[in-house]
Amino acid sequence: MLKELEFPFDPSFLITQKKKLKRKLLEGSLPDSAESGSSSFVCKKIAVLGGVTTDDVIKILELFLLNYGIKPEFYESEYNQFYQESIFPSSELEAFNPDLIYICTSIRNISAFPSLTDSSDYVDQLLLSEYQHFEEAWSNLQKKFNCPVIQNNFDPPFFRLLGNKDATDLHGRVNFVNRLNQKFAEYAQKHDNFYICDINYIASDYGISKWANPHYWHMYKYPCAVEAIPYLSFNVANIIKSIFGKNKKGFVLDLDNTLWGGVVGDDGVNGIQIGPEESEGQAYLEFQNYLKSLKDLGIVLNINSKNDEQNAIDGLNKSSGVLKTDDFIVIKANWNSKDINFAEIATTLNLLPESLVFVDDNPVERQIVSSSIKNVSIPEITEINDYITVIDRNGYFETTTISKDDVKRNQMYKENAKRIALQSQFTDYKEFLLSLEMLAEIKSFVPLYIDRIAQLTNKSNQFNLTTHRYTASEITEISNNKKEYITLYGKLKDKFGDNGVVSVVIGQMENDTCYIRLWLMSCRVLKRDMEFAMMDALVKCCLDRGIKQIYGYYYPTAKNSMVKDFYKTMGYELVNTDPKGNTTWKLDLSKPYSNQNHVIRVED
Amino acid sequence: MNREEIFEKLNVVFRDVFDDDSIVVNDNTTADDIEDWDSLEHINLIVAIEKAFGIKLAMKDIVSLKNVGEMVTVISSKIS
Repeated sequence: MLKELEFPFDPSFLITQKKKLKRKLLEGSLPDSAESGSSSFVCKKIAVLGGVTTDDVIKILELFLLNYGIKPEFYESEYNQFYQESIFPSSELEAFNPDLIYICTSIRNISAFPSLTDSSDYVDQLLLSEYQHFEEAWSNLQKKFNCPVIQNNFDPPFFRLLGNKDATDLHGRVNFVNRLNQKFAEYAQKHDNFYICDINYIASDYGISKWANPHYWHMYKYPCAVEAIPYLSFNVANIIKSIFGKNKKGFVLDLDNTLWGGVVGDDGVNGIQIGPEESEGQAYLEFQNYLKSLKDLGIVLNINSKNDEQNAIDGLNKSSGVLKTDDFIVIKANWNSKDINFAEIATTLNLLPESLVFVDDNPVERQIVSSSIKNVSIPEITEINDYITVIDRNGYFETTTISKDDVKRNQMYKENAKRIALQSQFTDYKEFLLSLEMLAEIKSFVPLYIDRIAQLTNKSNQFNLTTHRYTASEITEISNNKKEYITLYGKLKDKFGDNGVVSVVIGQMENDTCYIRLWLMSCRVLKRDMEFAMMDALVKCCLDRGIKQIYGYYYPTAKNSMVKDFYKTMGYELVNTDPKGNTTWKLDLSKPYSNQNHVIRVED
Repeated sequence: MNREEIFEKLNVVFRDVFDDDSIVVNDNTTADDIEDWDSLEHINLIVAIEKAFGIKLAMKDIVSLKNVGEMVTVISSKIS
């Protein structure tokens, strides 16, 4: 990860240095390149259909995506051909077969605005015809390519003919644009796989008069000032990385001068600033409320603080704050170095360190963590009143779908903590597993879980044998093609709670052979024998279909070494190893197979 | 800043934008002399020049430029 590409970035630096930056990102001068190399990129084909010049939008977008570990291949429509390319057959676009389409338009693509003498019926018609133009494009694209579509809404007009009344009068451009944006939003609410890039907000955030400086439209047909382009591209990149499951999952937070003003060890619980009484405390309270809202979205909160544990807990339980000890999964308040605490927190949660965001007001602590743990996002906060903005604008948790699992995630981590406590009471691990009273549901993919399944294929890195990434539409296609594919999802619950869908298997059949294209499991349920239950189910499916042998593959990445011997453990024999370390394994079904799971009850 | 100093600073900008450390610009350099200098790259060049010299170029300044020499003249008039 390049610091230069995190918010707050220097837009003109990105524009002028983009070639150097791209080289740096690709050449592997990234700090972690020695291990992960360029092979850790996920490759995606992205079609950008423009109503405006899109050259720099694409070039800067590429930088942000590379920084997120996504290597894009672009298709760029001719200038202002977004409608034609969507509606009419375009052999080039069809041959490109995009994984994702981005339609980059702006207020300059509105063909007609109301004039002052128009009747309200006429204005409604005008609105509808502008809107339908776009809707036609979207539905055509989704029919043809069945992939995610991102569409800009409209930025505000840079002048207001009626002044403030422009916002309320039907003839006002501001009113017209707001109504169009509302219709775009309604379409997005009703359609999966369709996402709005809210340039109305982005432009306002940047400053409308600077954003919409007509110079750039008349000179270059850019939708906004050239220096605003990085902000646009960054937002698009955030939506894309979210769609492909690359969001962050949680926070590791400092306490003193991060969650409250002052130092609890020195100032005492009564001395720290948190709560509605005075301005500093109010600002920290607003920040705590912000974190609490993120927690409700499924973002996990953890503490990493240099403090005596009791002081930390007393501070958190101060009645005027909103975040309580219960809101956190792991609380590390001790005198260890923060990088050590950070690594332990990640291990306890079974999460990769890079999926956690470290928030600390002290630049020295930030330095310690960033220098010893690779790729951790560490926002450069300076004082309490910029904490929310800096974290928020970085788009760590950009939300494209809210799955039920996301919202429940905190509860699941809590339950896991209870399981760990229970485990310590048993000396025999199998006894412990049995005491969990686990119940699994293992079935073919159903529409209800398509989003969750696609999400898992994109974000599971560790317990993932082939690391194939799929979009929701690809998963739907595979699950409908029952002749060719065996699909299995596994849900696991136990006496502490429901983990939801945690394992996914896709097998492709050819004659009497089944090839395992995908085998993954969420690290939430490591060492629970769920993988054995899944294998039993797969073998049963195969036998039912007269399959004689199963082939499994392990493709090593920087992150999945934990499953290197997976197929061996499952009783497969090694049939091939290629120079890259890819291994192929075979299970002969003509020999008797006995079920390997003895601890999980599987629902019929 | 005299013309020579402007040239020197401008040369750094050109090398940055076109990512080519062998570029040396003079009065007569035009887009034909630098491989990647197309109309789109021109936009980035203008942004980089504005940033480097702390100036804003008007539309009429930009459209009338014929070579780097004229560019230096425009820059010189803006910073003085």
